[in-house]
Amino acid sequence: MLDVKAGDEQSFALLLHRYRSPLVNFLYRMVRNREQAEDLAQEVFLRVYRAREDYVPSAKFTTWLFRIATNLALNSVRDNRYQRMEISLDAPVTVDAEDGDEKTLDVAEKRPNIEQHLVEDVQRKMIRHAIEKLPEKQRAAVLLHKYQELDYGEISKILECSESALKSLLFRAYETLRVELAPLVAQQTRQ
Amino acid sequence: MSCSRMENKILGYVDGRLKEGERLEMEKHLLTCGACHLRVNEFRSVHALLDELPMIEPSAAFDLRVRARVAAEPAKQSWWAWFMPSPRVAFVASMLLLGMVWIGSYNPVSISTPIDQDDVPVLENYDVISSFEPLTELSQAVPADEADQQSQDM
Repeated sequence: MLDVKAGDEQSFALLLHRYRSPLVNFLYRMVRNREQAEDLAQEVFLRVYRAREDYVPSAKFTTWLFRIATNLALNSVRDNRYQRMEISLDAPVTVDAEDGDEKTLDVAEKRPNIEQHLVEDVQRKMIRHAIEKLPEKQRAAVLLHKYQELDYGEISKILECSESALKSLLFRAYETLRVELAPLVAQQTRQ
Repeated sequence: MSCSRMENKILGYVDGRLKEGERLEMEKHLLTCGACHLRVNEFRSVHALLDELPMIEPSAAFDLRVRARVAAEPAKQSWWAWFMPSPRVAFVASMLLLGMVWIGSYNPVSISTPIDQDDVPVLENYDVISSFEPLTELSQAVPADEADQQSQDM
């Protein structure tokens, strides 16, 4: 980032290459819409570029980057919540497929020949829904902890809370996931 | 260690982020507490389940879009650059400023021969004029609106 600050355009391209996938994945799991996740990730990079001259390396770059991303994601989730309230209750329920395409949620997908695939698909849907149901701050904490593997200190700076508050937040989130995914957890624990 | 104290440490234990002493204390507790032992295993299962979600790849156009947005950003200018919108205007402005300074500093008196203070006749009898009694008999200055009034009366 210090090279970007010094005006090295090549270093910005390196940052983009290194962080685009973690950022898009984090944002996708926060907002549950691929197009929106990519738009938000673009916005994150744009903000990094705009702030390059004022950047002070007081914290790790990843902390700063995910702080911007988390704030954008939380704002977007809150905005979407208000928009969803206006959607008709008659509208069909849709979820994002993992490949990013929107598709109608078909509870009894008729694919008898690929039973194993169907079971995995149902499992993934359950996991995605369990994460989606978490309050947004808990969801952000779990995603940063589990998928970005950031330490407690970094996550607490990103979420602007104390480390002990973060541990409590994470504990509650994993407890909720444990209960929501109880059938899968029991199955997994037996293995 | 009680089960309630264990709750605060369980995630750190599953993550492998506990200090050595805390870890040993936790393992000692787990040997005697079946409920906490089960919970640790269930937390590990949750971690494993979360691994099952596949990663997505950003679209092929993602980098291009970011680069396009960055390229569309206006270049950052210094305050001086803002002050001077174009070199031509800057040149004309500085020429005007120089001209004004030159005209302002031009003093024809300084070119002529200096005047001896004793030769100045104006102040010669200043004391006499300032105490000249008939001058006090002159009428005082009248405000403009009153003067208009007087002229209308006439």
